[in-house]
Amino acid sequence: MNLLNVTIDGIKIQVPEGTTVLDAARLANVDIPTLCYLKDVNEIGACRMCLVDVGAKALQTACVYPCSEGLNVVTNSPKIRDIRKATLELILSNHDRRCLTCIRNQNCELQALADKLNVREISYDGVPKGLPLDNISKSIVRDNNKCILCRRCIAACNKIQTVGAINVMERGYETIVSTADHRSIADVNCVNCGQCINVCPVGALYEKDNTQVVWDAIKDPDKYVIIQTAPSVRAGIGEEFGYPIGTPVTGKMVGAIKKLGFDKVFDTDTAADLTIMEEGTEFINRLNNNGKLPLITSCSPGWIKFCEHEFPDFIDNLSSCKSPQQMFGALIKSYYAEKNNIDPSKIFVVSVMPCTAKKFESDRDEMEKDVDISITSRELARMIREAGIDFRSVEDAQFDNPLGEATGAGVIFGATGGVMEAALRTVYYILEGKRINELDVKPIRGTQGIKEATIKITGIDVNVCAVSGLGNARKVLNMIKSGEKNYHFIEIMACPGGCVNGGGQPIVPAKIRNRIDVRAERAKALYSEDMRATYRNSDENEFVQKFYKEYAEKPGSHKAHELLHTHYVKRDRYIATK
Amino acid sequence: MCQNCNLDEKEKKLQEVLNKHKDTKGALIPVLHEAQEIYGYLPLSVQEIVANALGLPLSEVYGVVTFYTQFSLYPKGQYKIQVCLGTACYVKGSSSILDELKKQLGIEVGQCTKDGKFSLDACRCVGACGLAPVMMINEDVYGTLVASDVANILKKY
Repeated sequence: MNLLNVTIDGIKIQVPEGTTVLDAARLANVDIPTLCYLKDVNEIGACRMCLVDVGAKALQTACVYPCSEGLNVVTNSPKIRDIRKATLELILSNHDRRCLTCIRNQNCELQALADKLNVREISYDGVPKGLPLDNISKSIVRDNNKCILCRRCIAACNKIQTVGAINVMERGYETIVSTADHRSIADVNCVNCGQCINVCPVGALYEKDNTQVVWDAIKDPDKYVIIQTAPSVRAGIGEEFGYPIGTPVTGKMVGAIKKLGFDKVFDTDTAADLTIMEEGTEFINRLNNNGKLPLITSCSPGWIKFCEHEFPDFIDNLSSCKSPQQMFGALIKSYYAEKNNIDPSKIFVVSVMPCTAKKFESDRDEMEKDVDISITSRELARMIREAGIDFRSVEDAQFDNPLGEATGAGVIFGATGGVMEAALRTVYYILEGKRINELDVKPIRGTQGIKEATIKITGIDVNVCAVSGLGNARKVLNMIKSGEKNYHFIEIMACPGGCVNGGGQPIVPAKIRNRIDVRAERAKALYSEDMRATYRNSDENEFVQKFYKEYAEKPGSHKAHELLHTHYVKRDRYIATK
Repeated sequence: MCQNCNLDEKEKKLQEVLNKHKDTKGALIPVLHEAQEIYGYLPLSVQEIVANALGLPLSEVYGVVTFYTQFSLYPKGQYKIQVCLGTACYVKGSSSILDELKKQLGIEVGQCTKDGKFSLDACRCVGACGLAPVMMINEDVYGTLVASDVANILKKY
């Protein structure tokens, strides 16, 4: 590769051809302010904060300007500072500046930039937008009064996820990020994945906050409140309390939750183990009885809604298994209630998920209120702070029994490839009578969007694929349609990298996202827990074994189907209410 | 011809347009132009057909339709009123003419009266700055307007 000699603020460096001025400056340890820029997601030079002098007539945007041989760049001068400041003041002029009560207070890239550029006064009095709040969706709230039109959400929705629920509408002063026909996000093809929230630099997009509902349930003496936490929550929530990305904080998280006043603190991972028993059995049945293949996993509600809107032909390929969140609720309100003599109508199940789509899922008609309310990792962190708990000094605690003992297979559910690996561990064991060689499933680990492996089971070459990110899901499904690919079993997770990077996880500002692969770091936390687990196969979960023995007979039984399986609906491609 | 046959005819024509452009990249704008010629405007239902055929999100199509002033979400009236909001007309108070028209007709910019008689649009510079503020009704030009002129002008149609 050709190396170019460039000078950034007097610092001489060599950079490969194709490097932007922004990346070159980072190599030279020169910090150029950015706002709309998000590596690999949004690189469009829209906000003009990264203007630099490259010796051309006009200042250029560093995030998209390519280096050339001998380029001399000045990133900071009185003129550049003045222009940047004026631009930022204009952006702030009609931004709803009620920062104190904003969901992103102290975690806002706009706020941080205003401070960094030393903006203390806003010279322009913009007309407030006065736009209505879109809070009809069960998952996502949109506040266009906060929006700065950076278009990161549009890139996430269109480029990464290929959902295309939102785009830029109208022009000039009326320019707005909105949906077709300016409908509520609840009434279009939005899949609730929340990737738009994770990339929003300000408080224009956030999850529907359910924390008060949870507080009210805890306070209610008539309610038996049970909380479950999904695997990815423990891999992310530490970030909310200052831990480095990828620090597993299971013990502290459980300890903190116990202080909030729940009656029981359980682990969703046990339900994940149960999912594997049901889904694995479903796969074996389809494989042996010429059933519909490929079987596609159904744990990710964002993926499910995407399939219902965009690929209704594949609905029969979806596993009929409820997701672990829902299986957990169903289990609690039947078997657990019966065994512990609790009136199921008094049980209130709260789930903590790395996910915004789980809110929509728990509210689906097909789910019969297995889970009463779902909150995100961020909401749990807020509750912990609100309760005055010093997370870092909380003593490690363990999940309550009996639904606290999950296997390593249940833990890795949070990373792309994890559900597939967990399923293969058990399916292989059931069919072959021995454990799978871990090296055989290695190809489906890692953060790549599409991963494949072929595993010989009972003489059959079983082709499996693990997909994350809906854009990748679209690619794979189209390849299956055209006959280019042929799989037996596919895992699809809506969010790139899987649940660890879900729309409900702690927000990582662009500054860090541009440097670190958050998905890989958080996934490491899960795989390390898997390595430490006493049992690493779902079929070894003692609670799950007992559940079948005492209650549901065997995986795939009539009773199991009644309780743990569901169905899906075909939806219009573009409009939700039709 | 009955209303429904007419509709079918239009959809058939649209289908021909879509077949012609289906595999061309960047065909959205030409397709929308031709669709608007067929229907006179671009209601959401037509945008949906276009989006589906071209494999685009409806939001993208809607974004393009609302960006370009030559595309309209509403049918145009028998008499198309255009009020100039170019610099000269704007300075001379054309927004008050526009406001008066909205009041008299009971519609917003871009819309059409229920009886289909008038539609109202804002435009940029019609090249008659000396007569500012200016509005046009189909081919008729009205200049040096004040808001109180509006009612009488509308009566002529």
